[in-house]
Amino acid sequence: MSTAANADTCPVIGRGFRLQWEAAQDCHVLLYPEGMVKLNQSAGEILKRCDGTRDVAGIVADLERTFAASGLEKDVLAFLDMARGQKWVQW
Amino acid sequence: MNGTGRPGPPLWLLAELTYRCPLHCVFCYNPVDFATREDEMSTDDWLRVLREARAQGSVQCGFSGGEPMLREDLEVLVAEAHRLGYYTNLLTSGVGLTETRIAALKDAGLDHIQLSFQDSTREVNDFLSHTRTFELKEKVAAMIKAHGYPMVMNVVIHRLNIDHVDRIIGMADTVGAEYLELANSQYYSWAEVNREHLLPTRAQIARAEAVTARWRERLDGRMRIFFVVPDYHENRPKRCMNGWGNVFLTITPDGTALPCHTARMLPGLAFPNVRDMSVHDIWYESEGFNRYRGTGWMKEPCASCDEREKDLGGCRCQAYMLTQDPAAADPVCAKSPHHQRVADAVARAESGAANEQPLIFRGPAESRRLAGQDYAPGRSSPPVPAAENPPKVTDRS
Ligand code: SF4
Ligand code: SF4
Repeated sequence: MSTAANADTCPVIGRGFRLQWEAAQDCHVLLYPEGMVKLNQSAGEILKRCDGTRDVAGIVADLERTFAASGLEKDVLAFLDMARGQKWVQW
Repeated sequence: MNGTGRPGPPLWLLAELTYRCPLHCVFCYNPVDFATREDEMSTDDWLRVLREARAQGSVQCGFSGGEPMLREDLEVLVAEAHRLGYYTNLLTSGVGLTETRIAALKDAGLDHIQLSFQDSTREVNDFLSHTRTFELKEKVAAMIKAHGYPMVMNVVIHRLNIDHVDRIIGMADTVGAEYLELANSQYYSWAEVNREHLLPTRAQIARAEAVTARWRERLDGRMRIFFVVPDYHENRPKRCMNGWGNVFLTITPDGTALPCHTARMLPGLAFPNVRDMSVHDIWYESEGFNRYRGTGWMKEPCASCDEREKDLGGCRCQAYMLTQDPAAADPVCAKSPHHQRVADAVARAESGAANEQPLIFRGPAESRRLAGQDYAPGRSSPPVPAAENPPKVTDRS
């Protein structure tokens, strides 16, 4: 098992999972074999930035800019660790 | 969804492409009279269903059967489903899944293959040691992995194989499965005919759960194991299909739209056909889909029960099969006045009482025979989504 997420981690959506916007449900969903997770807005915003080209520092900076917020890193890291436990993301 | 208001979209589209199948599973969830229903929709009909359901918000599409590999247009259907934005699932026994076809399916955009193990041989008791079955699955599993699919394996569990759970898990680990579903058989269709042979004892279930727990520790997350307990041994029913007309839209080979695989057995209810009605009208307007939605249709003890939103009264087909009343509480529920029928079946399983009826393998000849007998529900029992496709829709909002 590799280490917990940190600022340099480059998360990407897990193999077998697909993130997409569903107009009928008005939210992002994560699709996986025979299942679906409806994402709340913050989960959707984080995952949509997990494209493998950005590290956590970049994702946090982008989120803070987009939502005019600060101090999001702790929440993002906690979310990503949880998400990896579910195999939603990998790194 | 709760009992009121407009239902949500049909998130799950289950396309039962054909009832044809080379195998003979004793727990098969296809209708017992499948051989009298040979009509299959054309490619164009299916393409239209895919488009209409997607427009209504379906996101998961499961191609199943029968054996869906027997449809030569499978690749065409998968390609269209993928283009439309579905997550595409193929539920197969692996028979007919050749290197050529798996490559074509990958190109078509197939997202996931669920490989199931069946009692495909007549040597049910030692089907696991039946080399031909194992070799075929091993070969197919290797192909699935080589093409970069997550390796998901499903095994229907019952009295005759539950004591092999240790070997089943070991085998799944050997072929590199990432997910293993040990789904206890649900007692409807062929499994209902064979119920007395298939219902495990409590001790068997407890042992299998303990074995599963030990493996989970040992695997340390390498493979996730889902163990689906049989509802007969519980005292509250399952929320069948995650609610009638709530998530699942099943289309049978001839185009009949159903809220679950077995709903066609329910009396006094006509189900629409996608050849005559749009998916929108089927889902939102048809009597077949509205009848048991939510909680408004309930009788006592469900109507005033404080758990009614949780299980929605359980399974309608199980209620009908065991009480002859499709609006009764699912008799798995200890509050049902008919619960004793379930308890008796479990007690018979415990006592190991001799079973005079032979085990019946699914097949066209047996199907015609059972259909001719005016196969009577009520002799015993029940449904829930096909053991091969349990609902897994979680909410995270
Ligand atoms: S359960 Fe068995 S017999 Fe029935 S469709 Fe599936 S593989 Fe075929
Ligand atoms: S009485 Fe009906 S609603 Fe209440 S727990 Fe039993 S099945 Fe569910």
